Amino acid sequence: MAVSNDTSNLKAGELKAGSGAQATAGARFSAVFAGTMGPLIGLVLLCLALSLTTDTFLTIRNILNVLDQVTVLGIMAIGMTLVILIGGIDLSVGSVLALASMVMGFVAHPDYLNLGLPAGIAAALVVAGLCGLVSGLLVTITKLPPFIATLAMMSVARGLANMITDGSQIVGFPDWFTSLSIIRHFGFLSVTVGLMIVLAVIFAIFLNYRATGRSLYAIGGSAEVARLSGIPVKSLTNWVYAICAVLAGLAGIVLAARLDSVQPSSGLGYELDTIAAVVIGGASLSGGVGSIGGTAIGVLIIGVLRNGLNLLGVSPFIQQVVIGVVIALAVATDTWRRRAQ
Amino acid sequence: MSTDPRHTHSPHNGLVVSGLCKSYGPVQVLADASFEVRPGEVVALLGENGAGKSTVSNIIAGSTKPDAGTITWRGNPYSPANPAAAIDAGIGMIHQELKLLPDLSVAENVYVGRLPMRGGRIDRTAMNARASAQLKRLGLDVSPERKVRTLRIAAQQQVEIAKALTLNAELLIFDEPTAALGGEETELLFQQIRKLKAEGMSFIYISHRLDEIAQIADRVVVMRDGRIVARHERADVPVRTVVEQMVGRSVERMFPTVSAPGNDTLLEVENLSSPERSFQNVSFSVRAGEILGIAGLIGAGRTELVRAIAGADPISSGSVRVAGKPVHLNGPAAAITAGVVLVPEDRKAQGVVLDQTIGENLAIGNFDHVAPNGWVFPKAVQKFAEAGIRRLGVKGRPNQAVSKLSGGNQQKVIIAKWVSRPPKVFILDEPTRGIDVGARAAIYDVIADLARSGMAVVVVSSDLEEVLGLSHRVLVLSRGRQRGILDRNEASNVAVMELATS
Repeated sequence: MAVSNDTSNLKAGELKAGSGAQATAGARFSAVFAGTMGPLIGLVLLCLALSLTTDTFLTIRNILNVLDQVTVLGIMAIGMTLVILIGGIDLSVGSVLALASMVMGFVAHPDYLNLGLPAGIAAALVVAGLCGLVSGLLVTITKLPPFIATLAMMSVARGLANMITDGSQIVGFPDWFTSLSIIRHFGFLSVTVGLMIVLAVIFAIFLNYRATGRSLYAIGGSAEVARLSGIPVKSLTNWVYAICAVLAGLAGIVLAARLDSVQPSSGLGYELDTIAAVVIGGASLSGGVGSIGGTAIGVLIIGVLRNGLNLLGVSPFIQQVVIGVVIALAVATDTWRRRAQ
Repeated sequence: MSTDPRHTHSPHNGLVVSGLCKSYGPVQVLADASFEVRPGEVVALLGENGAGKSTVSNIIAGSTKPDAGTITWRGNPYSPANPAAAIDAGIGMIHQELKLLPDLSVAENVYVGRLPMRGGRIDRTAMNARASAQLKRLGLDVSPERKVRTLRIAAQQQVEIAKALTLNAELLIFDEPTAALGGEETELLFQQIRKLKAEGMSFIYISHRLDEIAQIADRVVVMRDGRIVARHERADVPVRTVVEQMVGRSVERMFPTVSAPGNDTLLEVENLSSPERSFQNVSFSVRAGEILGIAGLIGAGRTELVRAIAGADPISSGSVRVAGKPVHLNGPAAAITAGVVLVPEDRKAQGVVLDQTIGENLAIGNFDHVAPNGWVFPKAVQKFAEAGIRRLGVKGRPNQAVSKLSGGNQQKVIIAKWVSRPPKVFILDEPTRGIDVGARAAIYDVIADLARSGMAVVVVSSDLEEVLGLSHRVLVLSRGRQRGILDRNEASNVAVMELATS
């Protein structure tokens, strides 16, 4: 991307259509890889280093493991990308994940309402969506800063999650449900990993090629410009928070399938991992900059780093330190690069 | 406009700048700049954006270092290492964007960094008393304990001046001090400058409002491309001469000839009032091909009025009809669909997304055209952008960031965004604010073209020449009330100002 920008600067004085074809190619190139070159290089270097230092990292089994391990984070990060793109933040995703999974367990489990898993999943997604809608309305109608609105929702949703079973977990779901994350179809693809990939592709297309997706970039770039241009900023903002929460709820369902249980304390601190993944992927917290491709790379960097440090036998405490350093490094290099341009 | 050798070398107690040069990389922004400011004198420094005015000011105020050249200040060599050193030497600068702390009190702002202390605590009594005395000297009746945020822009500027006075400044550099001021406030500022001048203070006065120069300046220095191109020993130089020197070519004409309007009434505004009473009971109509100017002082309600018509702000009563059909003004989208578009007052905050490309900026607001069934393809955006760029003569390419464009080109991008719809009513709020004199004529041509193509055009401007030069009729607002609509032949400076100040 840096390269294509350099050439465009050189030709800044030139107006004629001669460079048109090249410009289109450049635009498409920078649209798909917008701000992701740095993180991508980082991911490749990380994988190279781990391939050389361990003999287990670069095996199909381990790569599939990494994908399994990042599904929950990956699905949440898609929603967070939308929120951060419009210049917002959502601190409630971890709590919403817990609430949604508890609602699912409560509705579906024989010990409670026993209405079956499809009903449980539907209820979970609806409740999650409502949480997001409330956050959105707090931002658009009550004019709370997103940080505060979702901080409040983070507390409320966690409390509700605990209230459902008075803090106890719900264990044991049907085999077909838990096998969603275990059975690898075609020898490699579990349903949950497939779900994450399909969602990523859908949202990448949405953000790049749908008018509504492009409008989100405009809102993040300048909400007032977007509003004066006739973009329904408030309703899109509400939708974005609702979708982010629904994806957090979906992540809660995936987590339930992986663990064969739901508990009100799950997802603690996930909001920070999610934000970290999106930011490592090149998104700007001030809005208007970011992409699903970047977020996917951010998610993989965190996933590969955790996996690799485990393989190397590094203690979880040191892992936290390393991930912190990576976040700071990723954003710092991005800032330097932008300034250099 | 000749250089007078007697003054450039005569030693005096003022400021003598000689041979200043400054380059950033290969770009020379200042070349051999020499001029002087005598005690008790106001020197106007004129030039387009990028002419080097800011660089000179920043060097004198200590925030930039020159590559070559010397400055003498009160007979001694002067080369400030930083703004603090300049202030210590008695030279202060009032920036266009005021550098105040909005949540601190007036007195705290005046004494920030050197708060009077007693017994290890801030001596608030002394601080407030001293600040109060300085404010009185400026003729400003404001409590020193008031928070700066609650003051009007003009009063905030006075606080900055008071701050400079308490620092014993003897030379003040004003960078576009009146850009955000109304007529009365400007007059007050001029009175203060004259008073301080009589006390022996000197001023360097940078402004884009050329009509002010004759009122306030003693001498004029004109810059272009980093060089001083003219020095005038008197300030009553014809504006046109100054403009030609700033632009570096003869200016044929500033305003285009506007053709006669058609017969169809496109915009009808009836008894429109705002909930905050920023304007009340405004009624007017604009025909196809007509340009209606809206004049008035700052705070008269001009911007509020046009924003309401464009659906950007709510109204409390009244109605707007476009081509005979009532418009339900519940948001910008409804107004745009009805054919009313607005080029807003604050280009950078409301008009363009600076970090996005020209293409993206043009696509925002036109997804109904660019994106059939909601699908946006880069090729379509590119094509759309190229058409807009060609039509308005924007100097740029579709995938170039808007932040890299000049103000005039950014403004053209905003106009290009709307022009293809095509709208019925085109509203432009301060279309040339912050745009170089040389680039303004191009914007005026564009506005005249909009009218010629059959749109009803509304132009709001603080620049009276602009309103008078462009409009078929001029609506004058004062304190939210409509004071009258003048025809082109009866609209003069005096007639408009009489209504505006009524």
